[in-house]
Amino acid sequence: MSQTTEGPTPQDPAGDDSQTRRDFLTLATVTVGVAGAGLAVWPLVDSMNPAADTLALSSIELDIKPIQPGQRVTVKWRGKPVFIDRRTPERIKKARADDGAKMPDPQADKDRVKKAEWLVLIGICPHLGCVPLGQKSGQPRGEFGGWYCPCHGSHYDFSGRIRKGPSPKNLQVPEYKFLNETTLLIG
Amino acid sequence: MTAPSEPPQASSTDGKPGIIEQAKDWIDYRMPIFTFMEHELNEYPTPKNLNYWWNFGSLAGIVLVILIVTGIVLAMNYTPHVDHAFDSVERIMRDVNYGWLIRYVHMNGASMFFLVVYIHIFRGLYFGSFKPPRELLWWLGIVILLLMMMTAFMGYVLPWGQMSFWGATVITNLFSAIPWIGDAIVTWLWGGFAVDNPTLQRFYSLHYLLPFVIVGVIFLHLWALHVHGSNNPLGIDRESAKDSIPFHPYYTIKDLFGLGVFLIFFMGIVFFAPNALGEPENYLPANPLQTPAEIVPEWYLLPYYAILRSVPDIAIPFTGIVLMKAKLAGVIAMFGSILILFALPWLDFSPVRSARFRPITKQLFWVFVVVCIVLGKVGANPPNLAVFSGIEGFKYIHLGQIATTYYFAYFLVLMPLLAKFEPTRPLPQSISEPVLRDRDESGE
Repeated sequence: MSQTTEGPTPQDPAGDDSQTRRDFLTLATVTVGVAGAGLAVWPLVDSMNPAADTLALSSIELDIKPIQPGQRVTVKWRGKPVFIDRRTPERIKKARADDGAKMPDPQADKDRVKKAEWLVLIGICPHLGCVPLGQKSGQPRGEFGGWYCPCHGSHYDFSGRIRKGPSPKNLQVPEYKFLNETTLLIG
Repeated sequence: MTAPSEPPQASSTDGKPGIIEQAKDWIDYRMPIFTFMEHELNEYPTPKNLNYWWNFGSLAGIVLVILIVTGIVLAMNYTPHVDHAFDSVERIMRDVNYGWLIRYVHMNGASMFFLVVYIHIFRGLYFGSFKPPRELLWWLGIVILLLMMMTAFMGYVLPWGQMSFWGATVITNLFSAIPWIGDAIVTWLWGGFAVDNPTLQRFYSLHYLLPFVIVGVIFLHLWALHVHGSNNPLGIDRESAKDSIPFHPYYTIKDLFGLGVFLIFFMGIVFFAPNALGEPENYLPANPLQTPAEIVPEWYLLPYYAILRSVPDIAIPFTGIVLMKAKLAGVIAMFGSILILFALPWLDFSPVRSARFRPITKQLFWVFVVVCIVLGKVGANPPNLAVFSGIEGFKYIHLGQIATTYYFAYFLVLMPLLAKFEPTRPLPQSISEPVLRDRDESGE
């Protein structure tokens, strides 16, 4: 191949600019090729993102009227459990009393709820993705009365904040709002 | 496998090699993959007179890669169950990001694969690429064709539309023509007593597997190819190094240019006529209780379907004694139409490869091409329909019988006769000679 790029050629008897012309053609070909390949690959990559029907399920409406004070309910949202905790006044008090306590991920209880009575959490331990126990009355709720993750022993308080154990973060609060007094929209 | 005799340090005679060079040498000394690639893809000596008909092998390989890549992504969203298959395909079309594009590329990609491979086969037929020493290469190609047909057929069943279901029913029922054990084989193929969920699930499994088997056979095909190298339009062996040019950059560039033209055509169909090659009937969900008015395979299988339907009962004339039922005879003829290709190197034993130097072969080849297209047309139409609206007596079944006769006569009668008796034109001394002669004649 080298003998075709160097020295005089029939098209270019002087042989002085054949190198740059070939460089230009190579560069142009590679550029168009890479751009084309990128454009061709994008639909394949994007097809692995959530599809329209998956996105359509990304918010759910929930009737919260039947939930009693002190009762905890789990619902499925985007394939994950969401904990809904209708807190009693003493639990709210305990949660707020701990606002100043030393904790790995400090956050005031009032910043974690829209209505003090309703605590809404994503039921996934931020440590490695297990579902903490404590939604059912017989289950262990950890040293702080909230939730306890059985996988690696993370303890959460009445506000769903991490208090003890390996989890670096509090239980996450999903996007939600109250459509009216008895309807909750998650997502 | 021979390792390079020199240790890697020896390559650093002129200055220090870069870190990448060193890494390449390190790997190459232990497993000479870079030497192999250099030898087979870069400096690989190729006849210098290949024309554009030689583009279709590499095109076929690229289409296969496109099919495998789009297929893997489709499989992520497809559900192989009779209750969900059709809906999951519709979900791909409507909900999955770019799902419509990926499915249309995959669907039409199958058609493109056959189109390109058929041209590739006709190329081999015309220029005698199946003749010694390339018989094994040719055989491996036929194996690829058979695997392609199986893969395409099973892929067509997956959307679980009406044509999927009834195509699967008809094709699997072909095996019931086998005497004595036919029914047992069909039950085994179905995994039940009709085409049903077990059939769909095994077809899905095999449809995913077979393309990778095809890739394996393609490696053998290329291995066989690279032993003696490509045939060429003159069909004569290369005499000296002057008759060859390195594969890169000459044929990489030519293949790339051909790929560009081909992709414009392919994407033109994908974007502007994505369902032109398909059957609208297949957008109805499969219904085991209702056969469509007419069952038609995809275009690339139509000629074989025509051969299947053209064969009547084989009987001893004037006695009425039926030796073989049309059903079995048709199935044998259909499979035979492909299997006969295996015998080609011995049916056409003429030492002259290229039809350029065989005036009669050349014309009969083109008749054969037309006959194959006619068979496709016959397969797409009901047997009892008149071919020409004015002539009621001449139906598609008759046209199919004439075409089928030519198809087999071409291989079994014409080829051996031509090989023995056809006066051939003188072959050039070398690949370079005709070029140099033309140049001399034109006074250059």
